[in-house]
Parts: sequence; C-alpha cells; structure tokens
Amino acid sequence: MDFLNSIILLTNFIIVPGITYGSQLALGAIGVTLIYGVLRFANFAYGDLMAFGTMVVILMTWYLQSKGISFGLLPTALLALPIGILLTIAVSLFFDKTVFEYYRNKKSNPVTFIVVSLGIMFVLNAVVRIIIGPNDINFMDGHKFIMKAREFKQLTGLNEGLAIKSTQVITLVTTIITCSILFYFLNKTKTGKSMRAYSNNEDLALLSGIDPKKIVLITWVIVSILASVAGTLYGLDKSFKPFTYFNNLLPIFAATIVGGIGNPLGAFYGGFLIAFSEIGLTYAYKKFFKYIMPESLEPSTLIQFISTDYKFAISFAILIVVLIFRPNGIFKGKVI
Amino acid sequence: MFFSATKLTGGYGGVNIIEDCSFNVDRGEIVSILGPNGAGKSTAMRAMLGILDLKDGNVMLDGKDITNLKTQDRIKLGLSFVPQIKNIFTELTVKENLEMGAFINDDNLSSRIEEMYDLFPIIKEKKDQFAGELSGGQRQQVAIARALMTNPDVLMLDEPTAGVSPVIMTELFQHILNIKKQNIAILMVEQNARQALEVSDLGYILVTGRNAYEGKGDYLLNDKEIRKAFLGG
Repeated sequence: MDFLNSIILLTNFIIVPGITYGSQLALGAIGVTLIYGVLRFANFAYGDLMAFGTMVVILMTWYLQSKGISFGLLPTALLALPIGILLTIAVSLFFDKTVFEYYRNKKSNPVTFIVVSLGIMFVLNAVVRIIIGPNDINFMDGHKFIMKAREFKQLTGLNEGLAIKSTQVITLVTTIITCSILFYFLNKTKTGKSMRAYSNNEDLALLSGIDPKKIVLITWVIVSILASVAGTLYGLDKSFKPFTYFNNLLPIFAATIVGGIGNPLGAFYGGFLIAFSEIGLTYAYKKFFKYIMPESLEPSTLIQFISTDYKFAISFAILIVVLIFRPNGIFKGKVI
Repeated sequence: MFFSATKLTGGYGGVNIIEDCSFNVDRGEIVSILGPNGAGKSTAMRAMLGILDLKDGNVMLDGKDITNLKTQDRIKLGLSFVPQIKNIFTELTVKENLEMGAFINDDNLSSRIEEMYDLFPIIKEKKDQFAGELSGGQRQQVAIARALMTNPDVLMLDEPTAGVSPVIMTELFQHILNIKKQNIAILMVEQNARQALEVSDLGYILVTGRNAYEGKGDYLLNDKEIRKAFLGG
C-alpha cells in the first residue's frame, strides 16, 4: 500500500507535470532548432513570438466568449488557436521580409542575426504588453479536471490523490499530433526532405535546384505554428504573462542545445529532459521517503535538491555541462 | 560543339584567376581539365557554372548563350555539377540524396533511381543508410548519382577521385566511362592527370589560368615535354 502510495505521489507531482511541461518545451525547442537549422541563427525573439501567438488566441477567446460561443468541455482557446496561428505566421513573415531578409541577402554572420533577433524580441515584447498588458491572465475555460485528487482517493482508497487536469491531456494530445505531422512532413514529403537537405548542405541544395526562398517561407510557417501552439498550451496549463514567456526562452534554448542544435528529434527529447530535471530536482521528496523508508529512517528535512525559485539554474547548469562535455548535444544523428 | 566556354576571364575580387580560357565538350565525350595546383582548374569550372562572375567570355550550351544565367537556371537547362567537397547530403539517406538530385524534375523518379542502382550497384545496397556513413569511394558514387538524377546533358565533376585509393579511383573512372555511354558531355577537373587522360577523349592543361596545351588524351600522354612537366615523367 505504501509502495503504491509513493508511486502515485511521484506520478502526481513529477510525472504528469513533467510530461506536460516537457511537451510544451519540446514544441518550443523544435521551433528554435528549425530556425537554427534552416536560417542558421539562434532566434531570441522566439519566446516573445510565443507570447504574441498566445495573446492573439486570448483576444480571440474573449471575443468568442462575448459572442457566447464555447467549445463545450474543451477550452474556447482551442477554437481561437487557428486565428492565433495565422497572425503569428503573418508577423513572422513580416519581420522576415522587413528585417531578416536584408541581413540574409547581405550574408551577415550569425552573431549579427542574433542581435537583430534581440531587437525583434524587444519590439514583440512591447507590442504584446501594449496590447494586452503585463499582468497575469487566466484564459482557461471549459472542464478543468479529468480526475480530481479527491475522486481518485475515493475510487482507489489510497492516501495519495492523482489529479489530472484537462489541460495536461490536451497538451499531450496536441503535442503528439503536432509532432507526428511535423516528423512525417520532414521525413516523408518532398518539401520536408528538401528542408532537411537545405539545412544539411546549403550549397548542394542550391545546385540541386532547391529554392531557398520557398524553404525559408515554409520554415517560418512551421515555426510560427509551433510557437503559437506551444504558447497557447503553456498559457492554458499555467497562465499567460508576457514576462514568463520571455523567461521560458532559457529552458527552451537549453532543450534545443541539449538535443543537438538543428536536430528536431533531439529538441523533442531535450524538452522532456529539461522539464523532468527541473521538476524532479525542485520537488521535495520528504513524503515519498516517508512511504518507502522504515519509520526509523524517516527524513527530517524536505529532501529538496534545490528551491523552486532557482529552477532556471537547472536549465543553466544542464546547458553548461552539455556545452563543456558534449558541445554537439546529447542526441546525434540527423540534423534536421 | 554541344557545350563550349570561350575566352573566360575572371576571378575573385580584382585579381583574375583565369584568363582567356576556352573549353569544348561534345555529347558522349569525356574532357579533362588538368594542370598544376593553383592553375585555376576549379575556378574555370565554377565560372562555367555561373558561381563565379565573369569579366569576359561566354558560355554556350547547345547553341544557346547561357553566360548571363544564374547557376540554378543553368542547372534547369541541363548542367549538373559534382563539387569536390561537401558533395552529398550527409544527414539524408542515400535514396533521399537521389530524390533531392531530382528535385527540379521528378517525373519517372523511381525508374530514374533504378537506373542509378544499375549504374552504381553499391548505392542500391546502401540506399537506406545515411550518406554520411559511407566510405569515400561510396560517397563519390552517391555524389555523381545525385548529379545524374537531373538527367543532365553536361556533367561537371570537380576532382571526382580526390582522396580515394588507386583501386577506387580506377573503379570511379570506370563508372564515368559508363556514364559517357549515355551520351552525356562530361567535363572533369582532375589531379590524377595520367589516369584521367587514359579515359578522356580530350585534355586541356591549364597553367597560371591560361590554356597551355590541349589535345587528345593519348597525344598529351605521349608528348615528352608535357609528360615531364605535368605527368611526372
């Protein structure tokens, strides 16, 4: 019984949140890695692109709600998501045409691109704050829990409850669908293969007649879809605050680099690795050990490796360790 | 003449690397461009492809002047190029490499791939492996097959046998002779002059960016002076 309780405890506080957060990071990291692979720079504006997409979704959600439209048990935001995606694509293409294209034609070095993307980050950041404000916004509606902790306890008779929020299931399902489509696209379709070819060897791709303009366009479209989906899922699961999205850039970059930058599958796994490290190392294991240890060995402290306030330090630490010992990332193999 | 480059002059920046270079290739012919290091062989080939801007000279393909076309447009007209380095997509499978070769024209894709399998049996064996995992000689075959996928009229090879063992070199030249049978005009830059001339119909020897000698393969091979100067006695 105690053993079961301890398993449920970990599932409730580490595994379920880890899968959810990991999915959100994975989607974000794949976006960053695709930009790096095809356009060859680290896009610092990505967190704020996610914020922009989510903002549009929120505005659209409010509009739909004001018209009395809802999505039944599911959050209205899912209905608003397509508009969010479209406007995010529009804003990405706008910045590409007005800013990035200029530097691409000049063949600027990657550092220039990074600084340029920082500029766009500030612009997007300001746009989002001007339109929707800097405050926390909760836009989740519909059915909140699939399984409540109390219901689980009553159902199983265990001491520990297992709560599953509907946003967690939505996140997982959406991630599986999005990633399946994306990896099918990259590995099986002609356009997807040409994207990988362009990322792998630009000169030879040009010699094969692959049109770089089309590749760049498709990359921005895919990246914008991933950014708005990841942003919306994160916002639904937690809440929307522009500053948090900017902050999320760190774990997303860490996931990207851990997975081997330019490698989408690596970024996917990297997202989960960072998420589980963050949650696993900031969780207080006292109760867990109470269940599995004999009474005499019960811990007197919280058994928490690091305070939740320092969770970003974990991404940083992983990032540094990986950069020192495996600068190409943990997962080698295909680079997009 | 099916493909001809006449009086090419150009270089990077202000300095001319090639001056007044001319080359001609006909369908079903193998033509080698030879010469010492730094003679401008690869530069001349890049000039014909439009990767390098020319100050003077023109390039004709099947009676059409293609001097002012971009590289990509020349490829659409039937030129195909195998660079010396980075000539395969290492992160794609061998089969995907071939598919990318046929990017601009993938009618009869599968039959075209089958032809490549016949031409280079090793490719069929390795078709699902990442091209980056292959040996040097196998990579070269994938690189040539990728270039052939466009169904080109002119195939340009930049040092196809660089860095492979003598046995593999012989094998690669044999493959190039087989490609010649498909009535393709083949132009190659080579360091291994003697072996290249043995399979070539015509050879050009460049010295400091200019045409120094030209002639049929056996003529160049048998000329005492040329042998001494360029072919190692």
